[in-house]
Amino acid sequence: MFEVKSDRRSFLKKMATLSAVAAATAMFPGIIFAEEQEMNIPNSEDLDWKKGPCRFCGVGCGILVGVQNGKAVAVKGDPNSSVNKGLLCVKGYHQTMCIQAKDRLTHALVKKNGVYKETPLDEALDLVASKMKQTIKEHGKDAVAMYTSGQSTIPEGYVASKFMKGAIGTNNLDCNARLCMASAVAGFLTTFGADEPMGCYEDIEHADYFITWGNNMAEMHPVLFSRMLEQKNNRGAKIIDFATRTTRSSMASDKSILFEPQTDLAVANAICYEIINNGWVNKQFIEKHCNFNKGLTNIGYGLEDKFKFKDKPSKINFDEYKVFLEDYTPEKVAKYSKVSVEDIKYLARIYGDPNAKVVSYWCMGMNQHTRGTWINNLVYNIHLLTGKISQPGNGPFSLTGQPSACGTAREVGTFTHKLPKGVVMNEKHRKLAAKIWNVPYERIPSKPTYHATEMFRAVDRGEIKFIWTQVTNPLVSMPKTSRYRPGMEKDSCFVVVSDVFPTPTSDVADVILPASWHIEKSGLYGNSERRTQHWDQMVEGPGETTPDAWMTIEVARRMGYGDLFPYSRENHVEEIYNEYRQFHQGAKHGMAPLEVLKTQSGAIWPYVDGKSTQWRFNAKYDPACTNGEEFHFYGKPDGKAIIWQRPYEPAPEVPDKEYPFWLNTGRVIEHWHTGSMTRRIPVLHKAVPNAYVEFHPKDAERLGIRNGENVKVISRRGSCILPASINERGLPTIGQVFVPFFDENMMINDVTLDAFCPISKEPDYKKCAVKVEKI
Amino acid sequence: MPIKSYLAHPIEDKMDVLLDKLSKIEACEVVPSKNQNLIIVVTETIDDDEEQLLQNKLEAIEEIKLLSLVSGFNSPQNS
Repeated sequence: MFEVKSDRRSFLKKMATLSAVAAATAMFPGIIFAEEQEMNIPNSEDLDWKKGPCRFCGVGCGILVGVQNGKAVAVKGDPNSSVNKGLLCVKGYHQTMCIQAKDRLTHALVKKNGVYKETPLDEALDLVASKMKQTIKEHGKDAVAMYTSGQSTIPEGYVASKFMKGAIGTNNLDCNARLCMASAVAGFLTTFGADEPMGCYEDIEHADYFITWGNNMAEMHPVLFSRMLEQKNNRGAKIIDFATRTTRSSMASDKSILFEPQTDLAVANAICYEIINNGWVNKQFIEKHCNFNKGLTNIGYGLEDKFKFKDKPSKINFDEYKVFLEDYTPEKVAKYSKVSVEDIKYLARIYGDPNAKVVSYWCMGMNQHTRGTWINNLVYNIHLLTGKISQPGNGPFSLTGQPSACGTAREVGTFTHKLPKGVVMNEKHRKLAAKIWNVPYERIPSKPTYHATEMFRAVDRGEIKFIWTQVTNPLVSMPKTSRYRPGMEKDSCFVVVSDVFPTPTSDVADVILPASWHIEKSGLYGNSERRTQHWDQMVEGPGETTPDAWMTIEVARRMGYGDLFPYSRENHVEEIYNEYRQFHQGAKHGMAPLEVLKTQSGAIWPYVDGKSTQWRFNAKYDPACTNGEEFHFYGKPDGKAIIWQRPYEPAPEVPDKEYPFWLNTGRVIEHWHTGSMTRRIPVLHKAVPNAYVEFHPKDAERLGIRNGENVKVISRRGSCILPASINERGLPTIGQVFVPFFDENMMINDVTLDAFCPISKEPDYKKCAVKVEKI
Repeated sequence: MPIKSYLAHPIEDKMDVLLDKLSKIEACEVVPSKNQNLIIVVTETIDDDEEQLLQNKLEAIEEIKLLSLVSGFNSPQNS
């Protein structure tokens, strides 16, 4: 008895130490406590260590969860995972602590006369199915919608797609990865004809330079940043931070270059100008492997409901491209980008040096951009012009924010236009889906319907009369929630929310379904480097909590689609994955068998002949290359990648006299997205208990604002009151404020603008105009 | 029984002295960083009175530039 209690105290001490290690890692990326990190894990013999991927970001770190008497009591980095090699960030170490939150959703709740009543899950699922059926009968298939997540597991995303597109026959399925990765997808497809990065994390061990484009990796992808710092310290690799705000990443980098919001487009073109002007072009590479295109310009910002845009690419030649770039000399661009001529030339020299290996990293800074597709294209242009692509240590690398934005949202295809292989617009792809799903192919509509922003606009307009959200919290994460919250509250739409904890989104639900958390179910995630990772259920969830995939299956069966969902409760993850794998058979996207994924910390697709493919499009590594050349961009019919002529165009809303500040929003290392999990983890919540608004000290002084004083941030759409933060974690440029969005009590997305990239339909959370008032 | 963890930032060039002083306090366990001037301090005291005494001792250490609390747990005495 005494021993058990003593163990508990020693466990608490170890947890306290671990919290401190994690906090120190956040403050000093790359800090080493060596064996102590491992020593602070409880080492009871009763602990059963189970492997899986981390619940949080797109890095996809391998974790080992220590389970004792059916409970998760510890988490450590998996030393066998090539992703993180035993390291974890502060969120990773503490992730399982949220399971114990007192307000955990353990039973279904149904709103009756304005009050939530605990309801047996079977009864709640009956209600969901009957409401969905009734809505379809009265208003048609396109009156119902599902909105899922880049945090849904692969089986969850797959059954959602099969249910909506194959069973019901509507393309009203989109997901929150639209808010974070859609521009990356559109960039990959327009340039290469194939989605997802061509390289892998091993690039870090080979690169001489890391250029981060609007990407605070020290906080957003901390384990990868630690790996970069290790290369910086051990062999002198250089990190160049190119951003609109000074962050922990800037401070740990060799050089920080700041640019005026939106002008990354111009700077990227100026780098290409310099590469060509100085004769640094890899002529042989572009002659063999590249075409040149231009698209439409002045393409709008999607601010109007039902906005439509379709690009019209046309071929150009190298000389025409050169003429276009004359508007982007370093001297011209320096005037409005606020990047010096010297710094533009410095960046161009790095890319242009034939002996330097360069990796470009980016995430939300480039993707959440009203010209997100363009800026993705432009960074690819730099790598294509210099031939620095698809080789160890050389390549553009778009990082994902969510743990399965790649695996689920992009590969399974939980976007309105997507299918597990290809797009709904393509008859061949619809026929393949129909064959595997065993449905008539005519049932899958050939036109996409609502992307995320338009989906919530359609709810507000009363067109969507039933919506089911899973694993996401749109009423905190959508831009301009000041419109979409009242929209979701309208009686015209029946709202079903499936989640682990109550959120502002579940607050407006008619039915709340209690979802299993990460380790309470089995699943698969796919990370940023195309690595698919599996985990088995580790602990039982409380009450009637149920995996989202199973709740979707149950509703589908209740609606009469049981023959399409013949899976068993016990083995549905395996059965679904095996069905899904059929979509990707072949050398270009083959996925590892589940038996392989069960024994190792993931495998990178294309998985061919028992082997992961680390660098796609390079014949030395990629068996799908068949053109007899060194490189083969086989996503395009002629095997050539496209260098795009894309101009600089301004943001839709820029600071003016009335609203003189740029508003930039983002995250902090301690919190995951809207905070529904991390704000329930005491260590993380205590570390950053609320959001704040960062000022440049000169702006704060001019406005008479002191640290901690409450300030109202106001836009044309709404306002938000937050304490001021001056010279603390991050440092915005003069004329810019920054607010993290994790805090549901300080809703900065009431203030943001719902403009989006017309090609990718991804909103821009990084730029709108605001004014500030001291309270 | 309060259990707390802190990050102790030493004043310049005093990492070793600080480490030595903290190591000698019975209620403290220390974990120094290998590559930064930073020490993790984990404290365990019997009750609030002893906790206060410990706080006084820590505050009196000249080599501490900043001592920031990271986490705090309170465990019943017999647990």
